[in-house]
Amino acid sequence: MIISKIKLNPINQRRLQLFKAHKRGYYSLWLFLVIFLLTLGAEFISNDKPVVVYFDSDFYMPVFKIYPETAFGGEFETEADYRDPFVEELINEKGWMLWPLVRYSYDTINYALEQPAPSPPSGENWLGTDDQARDVLARVIYGFRISVLFGLILTLVSSVVGVIVGAIQGFYGGKIDLFGQRFIEIWGSIPRLYLLIILSSIVMPNFWWLLAIMLLFSWMALVDVVRAEFLRGRNLEYVRAARALGVANRDIMYKHILPNAMVATMTFLPFILTGAITTLTALDFLGFGLPPGSPSLGELVAQGKANLQAPWLGISAFAVLSLMLTLLVFIGEAARDAFDPRKTLS
Amino acid sequence: MTDRINNFLEVKDLCVDFKSDDSISHAVKGVSFTLQYGEILALVGESGSGKSVTALSILQLLPYPAASHPSGQILLENEDVLQMKSARLRQIRGNRVSMIFQEPMTSLNPLHCIEKQIREVLLLHRGLKGSAATDRVVELLELVGIPKPRTRLKSYPHELSGGQRQRVMIAMALANEPDLLIADEPTTALDVTIQAQILNLLLELREKLGMAILLITHDLNIVKRYSDRVCVMTNGEIVECADTPQLFHKPKHPYSQSLLGAEPSGNPIPVHPEAELILATQALNVWFPIKKGVLNRVVDHVKAANDISIKVHQGQTLGVVGESGSGKTTLGLALLRLIRSDGEINFFGQSINQFNQDRMRPLRRDIQVVFQDPFGSLSPRMSIGEIIGEGLKVHEANNVSGHEARIITALEEVGLHPETRHRYPHEFSGGQRQRIAIARALILKPRLIILDEPTSALDRTVQCQIVDLLRDLQAKYQISYIFISHDLAVVRALSHDMIVMKEGHVVEQGSAEQLFSNPQQPYTQALISAAFQ
Repeated sequence: MIISKIKLNPINQRRLQLFKAHKRGYYSLWLFLVIFLLTLGAEFISNDKPVVVYFDSDFYMPVFKIYPETAFGGEFETEADYRDPFVEELINEKGWMLWPLVRYSYDTINYALEQPAPSPPSGENWLGTDDQARDVLARVIYGFRISVLFGLILTLVSSVVGVIVGAIQGFYGGKIDLFGQRFIEIWGSIPRLYLLIILSSIVMPNFWWLLAIMLLFSWMALVDVVRAEFLRGRNLEYVRAARALGVANRDIMYKHILPNAMVATMTFLPFILTGAITTLTALDFLGFGLPPGSPSLGELVAQGKANLQAPWLGISAFAVLSLMLTLLVFIGEAARDAFDPRKTLS
Repeated sequence: MTDRINNFLEVKDLCVDFKSDDSISHAVKGVSFTLQYGEILALVGESGSGKSVTALSILQLLPYPAASHPSGQILLENEDVLQMKSARLRQIRGNRVSMIFQEPMTSLNPLHCIEKQIREVLLLHRGLKGSAATDRVVELLELVGIPKPRTRLKSYPHELSGGQRQRVMIAMALANEPDLLIADEPTTALDVTIQAQILNLLLELREKLGMAILLITHDLNIVKRYSDRVCVMTNGEIVECADTPQLFHKPKHPYSQSLLGAEPSGNPIPVHPEAELILATQALNVWFPIKKGVLNRVVDHVKAANDISIKVHQGQTLGVVGESGSGKTTLGLALLRLIRSDGEINFFGQSINQFNQDRMRPLRRDIQVVFQDPFGSLSPRMSIGEIIGEGLKVHEANNVSGHEARIITALEEVGLHPETRHRYPHEFSGGQRQRIAIARALILKPRLIILDEPTSALDRTVQCQIVDLLRDLQAKYQISYIFISHDLAVVRALSHDMIVMKEGHVVEQGSAEQLFSNPQQPYTQALISAAFQ
């Protein structure tokens, strides 16, 4: 394994052991990583294009490149519709196609439904279709990816901002700290959901817009924790010793105090991540989130609510969301235990 | 006192094991001793020798089940404590046997007034309530020498001084007139003059109440003056038990001999008469403003250090002594320019008291510091090599290739193996950590090192080693020291000049020899007599 090759200092070795000893969290991490890596390559698992086409002694990769239908001897100059029986026949005459597991992308509409959408699970659509005849499984796979990516990016950026702000406030104290804290109190008391709704009605929110808008508020989560650590840390004797050595403030903060604050930060991260995912889902549910047509779990929940006669919509969304959040909470618990200095291996 | 023949407490072949992650450590290995009614038995040993663990087992206060007793008996009037049910144990704790702890700051609940805390003990074991309880509390406080006890009933722990808090702790321990008082380092956290008061109080109370005392300490002066018998512990075993005068007169076991012989000795190396003046201060003040009111106006100052003028020459040691809160550490930090101060600080002819951080940086390599707490002063997440090399990274960033060799030399100079540079601070003992801290200060070849209580957290034998090391380094590199300490024996072994501080002021100042042989001020006299009786 890669982890065992990296030379860890004894503290981190102990933490790794503690993390592994927390069986539920450890297996949750692996399960989560497997699902996440699979969905990262969602285009190879669930797509309306084949992964590889062998045609006329040539290989084509429709996942990466757009080929016109004419390339396979068709009539249109537009991109080939590989699901079209006519195109399928053309290709199979002179080669073969390797299809992904699910032959639908998140926005592929199944026109061949035998009953009105939303249709129940069948051999063709394993989790049924939604009210626009799109495959639910495909949407769930893409929705998982976009939720986790959104959560991860938001968590990462807001942690970096939060740690920096907290570190500066805590380390310098005095007026900087005073004004910083008052600003955060005011900023934090703005009702963020309404502001998000107003903002998203001014701009048409895409992924990045939503991220930016939510970042405006989510960076505050870590500030207090990190600030407290720095307030405590700046009076530690080894920090004083470093100052007496003439080490620059930035280096003291980074090398001497930040590692202490990282414990609190790392413990918080999984919970910030679940929070970010939940917020995104909530916005999508209300219709103020990702643009229409995006594969979003929140939108699927909303569809489930609108189509109570089609329980597979609500149940699928619920199952995926609860699996994802449960795994993250378990991982978070294990991380918290691993960083707990009082915890002993038993 | 000795009319009852039976031993009150008999510990037979006691073992204590601690289970941690995957290993078992044997903290106490087969300890046996007896304690008679009204006797004072001292348990001495260095930190980690298992003396506190032994004492805590008597009341079964160890963290069970991580701790266990694989063998042994603790007979309290012929009843085995180890076999007792928890209900029976509770009857004994705080009633027949009481305990006082080292740290008076944390062993009182800060949220309750002292009356409430003492009454709790009375209520638990005696069922005393109402005015009867109040009267008993007053009586107890009077007994332990708290002035005007009735007015003090509603005081909270933070309103009392360290010595007073320890007195309250003793009052609590005595509330039910125990037959045995276990005193675990009762005076270690206190200043010398208060130490003497507390211990005299314990002696007095022994006479009055006829209780036995198990005194746990590492301080041999205390043992010599206050105990009847001594047991010397090391590595979880008792190596020698004898009557106090006999042990001090003629220790048998080699370990006892080395322990008793460990007294910081020797004299400071004479300074060259024309040694260069390195540091001088003129009327240095460190005042912290007290702000009040809506506009935050400065109404007064806490004068942590007041009107201090000192001079340090090359190769010379200036001892700074005083009790806790006297402003010694504040003075050290001001000289390092880590806190704001007013007045003149002249370092090598430069007036540095107005320098900002950037202008100070090049000077920092010449003026270094070693702190008291060897556990707090090393960053736990950096390896020893990184810790020691940090100063080089700042001051000699362009010569990275030579750093490794310099780190090795520095480690060798403080008597540590060069391979230790790859390890982390938690793997080292207190004395080794202090050596690492000295190596960190030393590597830049400073002209002046401020030593802020560098030996206070260490055992006596280790203290001696550190003192010898410091003296050798001074001889080798002509470094000047400012040696801040409350431990006069250590100061005497190193200092040429000395200042005595009290409440932020210099009480007395002069050559160390003169101050020790002929102190002028009553405060200095009290300090010296408390330390060298």
